[in-house]
Amino acid sequence: MSTQVMFPEEQEAINNICFRLQRDANARAVLLIGRDGQPMAEAGEVAELDTTSLSSLTAGNVAATGAISQLLSEKEFGSQFHEGERAHVHITLIAKAIMLVLFDERSSLGLVRLRVRKAAEEMNRQFEAMNNRKPEDRGPSVLDEISDSDIDNLFND
Amino acid sequence: MSFINYSSREINCKLVYYGPGLGGKTTNLQYIYQKTNPDAKGKMISLATETERTLFFDFLPLSLGEIRGFKTRFHLYTVPGQVFYDASRKLILKGVDGVVFVADSQIERMEANIEALENLRINLQEQGYNLEKLPYVIQYNKRDLPNAAPLAELRELLNPTNVPEFEAAAVSGQGVFDTLKAVAKSVLTELKRGG
Repeated sequence: MSTQVMFPEEQEAINNICFRLQRDANARAVLLIGRDGQPMAEAGEVAELDTTSLSSLTAGNVAATGAISQLLSEKEFGSQFHEGERAHVHITLIAKAIMLVLFDERSSLGLVRLRVRKAAEEMNRQFEAMNNRKPEDRGPSVLDEISDSDIDNLFND
Repeated sequence: MSFINYSSREINCKLVYYGPGLGGKTTNLQYIYQKTNPDAKGKMISLATETERTLFFDFLPLSLGEIRGFKTRFHLYTVPGQVFYDASRKLILKGVDGVVFVADSQIERMEANIEALENLRINLQEQGYNLEKLPYVIQYNKRDLPNAAPLAELRELLNPTNVPEFEAAAVSGQGVFDTLKAVAKSVLTELKRGG
């Protein structure tokens, strides 16, 4: 069982990349999603979006597309574009995550692609830094503090 | 893969309900969805065929409360049980933290149970997991049906390693939350041990 840990300063760095991408691409929203469907960061007009469902479905979509690419002996399909009447979705694979850009008539696919390229590079660097983080550099984990009785209490009726 | 976020103070985990077709995996999630407080759940999504057979997965996000100031969030998934959807089942197991095997107690579904359990074992191995080392519980569903096999027989065939097991009738809700609690608790205990 593997665990991804995100600390506040790392979250802030990722949020900033999402925010700049959303602003520079004139996008409605940007989501960063774990490959297993966990929402990791968001920026823009997300108040009326069900980001949990969107994240899970996007990860399912990416996983299915990845399996198709393997059947075609292709390493992966690095990006996807879904074109709607008013809303469009651009999906890019980065290191351990998925970057989703939701945009409308205020932007264009060309602009989104251009801005995503730069943001993906920044995000990849950020993930690399997180991977290189040494566990001893951080304080005690919350997992060390959790006792068996804490877990039992969670399930008491 | 569990995800611990110190910024939003959340612990996120992924549970997968696995088992033979028409065994009651979706029914488990539907019952949990119906009986959970609106504050503690998100929208339930079912990617199903026109005949309501699971095509890709069902998804239900659930909050189970706080531990040491961290919200515990569980993402519940089901897999499509029909044999020919194997490629989809493999995808859904990616990043899994805990598994519920929903067995169909009906005597005529015994072969299907054995086949699905073997399929689970193989698909987990392909992703580098070992069922023996993963938080894992078994639910014997449809205990209310007259053609349900004796419990001892199910145990012998499906639970040789004696993992936690629960009798259930998911349609009426019997055993559904006991199963969920057991696997969620096992995931958190394993997370603590690994952390």
